[in-house]
Amino acid sequence: MQYRTRNIYLIPYAAWIVVFVIAPIVLIAYYSMFDIDGALTLGNYRRFFTPVYMGMAVRSFWYAFLVTLFSLLVAYPTAYLLTKTKHKQLWLLLMIMPSWMNLLLKAYAFIGMFGTYGPVNALLGAVGIGTKQILFTDFSFIFVAVYIFIPFMILPIFNALDELNPSLVAAARDLGASGWDTFRRVIFPLTTSGVKSGCRAVFIPALSLFMITRLIAGNRVITLGTAIEQHFLVTQDWGMGSTIAVFLIIAMGLTMVLTGSGEGGR
Amino acid sequence: MSSNSKKTGKGITIYLMVVFFILYAPILYLAYYSFNSGGAMHSFEGFTLEWYGEVFQDTRLVIILMNTLAIALFSAAISTMIGVAGAIAITHVRSKQFRSALLTLNNVLIVSPDVIIGASFLILFAAMGVKLGFASVLISHIAFSVPIVVLMVLPKLQEMSPTLIYAARDLGATRWDVLTRVIVPYIAPGIFAGFFMALTYSLDDFAVTFFVTGNGFSTLSVEIYSRARQGISLTINALSTLIFMVTLVLAVGYYVMNTRATTPGRPARVEAGE
Repeated sequence: MQYRTRNIYLIPYAAWIVVFVIAPIVLIAYYSMFDIDGALTLGNYRRFFTPVYMGMAVRSFWYAFLVTLFSLLVAYPTAYLLTKTKHKQLWLLLMIMPSWMNLLLKAYAFIGMFGTYGPVNALLGAVGIGTKQILFTDFSFIFVAVYIFIPFMILPIFNALDELNPSLVAAARDLGASGWDTFRRVIFPLTTSGVKSGCRAVFIPALSLFMITRLIAGNRVITLGTAIEQHFLVTQDWGMGSTIAVFLIIAMGLTMVLTGSGEGGR
Repeated sequence: MSSNSKKTGKGITIYLMVVFFILYAPILYLAYYSFNSGGAMHSFEGFTLEWYGEVFQDTRLVIILMNTLAIALFSAAISTMIGVAGAIAITHVRSKQFRSALLTLNNVLIVSPDVIIGASFLILFAAMGVKLGFASVLISHIAFSVPIVVLMVLPKLQEMSPTLIYAARDLGATRWDVLTRVIVPYIAPGIFAGFFMALTYSLDDFAVTFFVTGNGFSTLSVEIYSRARQGISLTINALSTLIFMVTLVLAVGYYVMNTRATTPGRPARVEAGE
């Protein structure tokens, strides 16, 4: 009797899992096997392996990689220095706060800032470089994406650094390790869990950002996400969209496996 | 030594200030030009509150704002209920494998890209025959908020001693009493944190909503996207400044809740650690 009453809590939750976690994945896989006319086919998968789609997938991965790399390069020192400040929780909150602001508004702000008459071009003009086309370039896409993801990279790295026992660093220094050696041999290896979860939090969404590519890169950059959006909402070819989604899910699974030890290793 | 640490202290402050400035620059930039009478996001001409007036006169925008808030509040409330039930269910599962399977399934929607969630929900609604609009957006927001609530509530439940429940049962409390008088008050900070997170996720979401919104219904993010694609309009600047103010209040509220949620547990942990 006790067992049965306990299971009551499981009913709404299990229903949620079945309807919104399992069913959508199954449906995506199912739809990927239909072409635009509703005929059962593996044509979508054949189409995915043509140079057009493969090139897009490779470029999408390359952009996501660059975005992750630059986010890490900015976020790691920031997180490290944050742990050295006096009111670190307050500083952290201040760094995280912009991420609570709607992503589209930030993208919209960059349309103004990177515009021909925007402050960035004004600065370039003042320095003597002259006005440049910044908007609708690869640079603007990567910059805005990095800007958006930095807080998500800072947070896990900060937590990992914060948990690091400071006596380990002191011990390394006492034993004669230089600052760089201490970082390379002690601090960084002990915070890889944070780096991994940060990379995971950036890389997967970076593969699928479609609003930034539309607003900032002016359709010059096509990511897997843009392609999915295009197929679902513009050309109405749900089958092909689902096929790309299947590959995105596989990519996501691989990323999870590659960076997964971050949680298991604890 | 002391001068050295002072110097590094200065270096730290400068680096953090630069990152800090870059993170806030776009937001301040938007806010600054929301007062520009010139009508563009460059060459400030004069101070005006015209754009703020326009935000409130724009009936379409006000309705969308109400829709967004309604979706956020309803989805946060409902997902909190399902999430709390889910967290309790997970703690009650005896089999370790089943529990970790549940947790893995729980995290699927957290790690999935928005586009995948949006596209798959669109298919789901089409398959189930749900008409796109308020209902589909609300259901989607509930669906993607549930796992966050579970993750916020779970640590509180795990920290709770089972003897509390046994004691209540021994003293004659019914299951319902145990839930409402023992479990819920104990995990209340986690529930509030989960509710807040669900609220911010809902307010912040664009991609999922964009997929399942259909033609007649719009939320703020979707509206901003379609307006931003048409070019610059300072009404969006005024609106975003207002949103940022609200976000600020929510963020501070969340911070206060969170520190309150962690402080009661903290002294014990510090004692044990030192």
